[in-house]
Amino acid sequence: MDTVTILLSSFILSVTGLFVFIWSLRRNLFERNAKGARTIFAAGEIGHVEDPGATQAGISALQRVVAHGGADNTQPDQGALRARLEADRSSAKPAFIFLCCAVVWLVLASFAGLTSSLKLHNPDWLTNTPWLTFGRIRTLHLNVVAYGWAPMASFGIAIWMLPRLLKTKLAGGRYAMLGAVLWNAALIAGLVCIGNGINDGMEWLEIPWQLGLFIVAGGAMIGLPLILTLHRRTEKHLYVSIWYMGAALFWFPILFVVAKFPGLHFGVEQATMNWWFGHNVLGLFYTPMALATTYYFLPKVLGRPIQSYNLSLLGFWALAFFYGQVGGHHLIGGPVPEWMVTLSIVQSVMMIVPVLAFTTNQFLTLRGVLAAIPHSPTLRFIALGGLMYTLSSIQGSFEALRSVNTITHFTHFTVAHAHLGLYGFVTMVMFGAIYFVMPRIMAWEWPYPRLIEWHFWLVVVGFAIYFVGLTIGGVLQGLAMVDATRPFMDSVTVTLPYLEARSVGGALMTAGHLVFAFHFAAMALRYGPKRTGSVILGNPFAA
Amino acid sequence: MENEFKLISGALVTLAVSASALVVLPYFQLQSVRPPEKLKDYSPDEAQGRQQYISEGCVYCHSQQPRDASQAPDAKRGWGRAPVPGDYYYDKPHLLGTMRTGPDLFNIGARQPSIDWQLGHLYQPRAYTPNSIMPGFPYLFELKAQAAEGDKVVTLPPAFAPAKGVIVAKPEAIRLAKYLLSLDHTYPIPDAAQAK
Ligand code: HEM
Ligand code: HEM
Repeated sequence: MDTVTILLSSFILSVTGLFVFIWSLRRNLFERNAKGARTIFAAGEIGHVEDPGATQAGISALQRVVAHGGADNTQPDQGALRARLEADRSSAKPAFIFLCCAVVWLVLASFAGLTSSLKLHNPDWLTNTPWLTFGRIRTLHLNVVAYGWAPMASFGIAIWMLPRLLKTKLAGGRYAMLGAVLWNAALIAGLVCIGNGINDGMEWLEIPWQLGLFIVAGGAMIGLPLILTLHRRTEKHLYVSIWYMGAALFWFPILFVVAKFPGLHFGVEQATMNWWFGHNVLGLFYTPMALATTYYFLPKVLGRPIQSYNLSLLGFWALAFFYGQVGGHHLIGGPVPEWMVTLSIVQSVMMIVPVLAFTTNQFLTLRGVLAAIPHSPTLRFIALGGLMYTLSSIQGSFEALRSVNTITHFTHFTVAHAHLGLYGFVTMVMFGAIYFVMPRIMAWEWPYPRLIEWHFWLVVVGFAIYFVGLTIGGVLQGLAMVDATRPFMDSVTVTLPYLEARSVGGALMTAGHLVFAFHFAAMALRYGPKRTGSVILGNPFAA
Repeated sequence: MENEFKLISGALVTLAVSASALVVLPYFQLQSVRPPEKLKDYSPDEAQGRQQYISEGCVYCHSQQPRDASQAPDAKRGWGRAPVPGDYYYDKPHLLGTMRTGPDLFNIGARQPSIDWQLGHLYQPRAYTPNSIMPGFPYLFELKAQAAEGDKVVTLPPAFAPAKGVIVAKPEAIRLAKYLLSLDHTYPIPDAAQAK
């Protein structure tokens, strides 16, 4: 048998195995109103909205939309609500620490990104300072978003969701906090190294491996509360968010250890490993963390269980299986084994399966209540983020096709896609979740609701400019590059207006982040006009 | 799903499948790759220059992997033939790159074999390529009133030369330029060396 036959048969075998496995877990796969979907609500709570981030007026409006004007007189089980307040209290401190770190990293990352962007069209700006050279400040930007903002926000939200989902108090919060200290200390040291030109030389893996040890140790400690809290859970059903978070918290340390293992990898094998890691950290870490968040907050705000919940089972396992094998699409046309690239392209297209499962869940859950979106800060960010997940993934599936990739591979189109995924999806979802969680953590309302509007519109408009500009610029760049009759410099000059547009969009995004960080700080210091704070927190259904 | 063990073991199995396909199999397939006869290992200077390339983050704008003529006209731009795994035998870490904000550098040593050009270009890219958006690296150079014994003076077009004194390349710049000059993979390779 030749390699192709062997590969083809193992591919068919493993996909069949996957579907048999999913089948073995099914319970009424296509049932509309699955019981599992309701585990995030107290008895009698369905139909009641929850949004601590909204104003009183917002909550009333939200409730009106969700109840379709009709009044709902069922009362949620007060005992369960009290237990949930206890659960929230148990996670408040660790979650708070993670979110504070996240916000600091977000602001730093924005300035690093904006500086890199400006430098691309002002190449003689700030060239005398080594750590500000494009290659270093851009890498600082990447590492701050990839190991600072995104994971800190994800961990904070995950730790906060855990006790709610498992209906118990958080166990092992102290380990998580210690883990946060280790992780952040290693990250700071890693950034100092990168700034000084010391790095391991691979994209996404620049932080020296010696420091990587501390990141792994920190990550493992941050994962401990998951295991400890699972152990004392009082809820039998594991809600879909737990699957995603649980798997991601196991996946990440393994990925990182394999990738960072010193002396193991060589030549182009290292390149395949590099992108195995590169796409898995996206697909098997940030993506599941943000999906877990969406699957919780979207239905929770609306007081409406996920519709066609059982599809999420298919979505989860298909993602776990297909996403792991797409890394080769970063090396299309490269000097790596052909079969591996082909396999990755096929699995990239197969990713449409889990993406459609998620999209169906989100669409059906929002159907008929779209009018609720403007009234809830959380819903705004998360519904938009969920939509961006669908878009970035569908875009990614096409981008992985050889014909498209030939044009886009080495261009700014990839950077636009990267931001659609990591910004449009992950970052937006995290913003939404933070607006929900912080009032619960602090027992305080967001002091200046208008700032939430400002934040939202600045980042949405800024990001639209960023994404559209860079996408067009990238395509033009790619077309110039594959046209042998045009000199290479054409592919550079053609991008200039779009690189400038990106700086404009990026400046708006950065301004939005400053607004957000200011508001967050005001909240953390319990600053600002005191309104009905304690009322909504003591009794979420006062409205 | 109600069983956390099923969840975690399932998750570990999918990750194992993923690692086998993208890491373990390529590991075994590529283990036996030998360097082409004409490929030389990096000299100590070149190896240090390569480290400098990593420090400055050149890889974020420059690839080192021309595509095959059947896919893109990279060879017509002088970037060279499609590479084979053996070409990277001495590369640790790999520097394939995924961006072409600037051109591919796999054969830059063959395209620009002059160290004076390389140094001048590192000092101020726009002295050689008018619309380039590459940053200069002035901190790898020194402005001196006059050159001392053994100094490598950078020759620059008059418009970019300092009004007084000379620009001298620091050892870091010289090593980086030597690494760039070592990037020459124009030797022929047998067809069979391609990874399938
Ligand atoms: C079905 C899902 C997806 C597929 C098939 C996919 C596919 C791709 C492809 C083909 C590339 C370009 C590789 C290249 O030409 O160099 C890419 C890059 C990238 N994608 Fe995706 N994508 C998907 C979803 C996502 C999501 C959800 C995120 C964010 C969480 C994301 C983040 C990125 C990033 C950051 C890069 C740039 C990596 C780099 O060059 O550093 N993608 N993706
Ligand atoms: C939290 C928000 C952000 C996230 C999660 C994020 C994420 C990323 C990622 C994953 C990359 C690597 C892309 C690749 O290698 O293909 C990247 C690169 C970059 N980002 Fe961001 N980014 C964020 C905000 C910003 C902002 C506000 C700007 C300002 C303009 C910006 C400008 C850049 C630039 C210039 C690059 C380098 C692209 C290149 O190498 O050519 N980013 N970012």
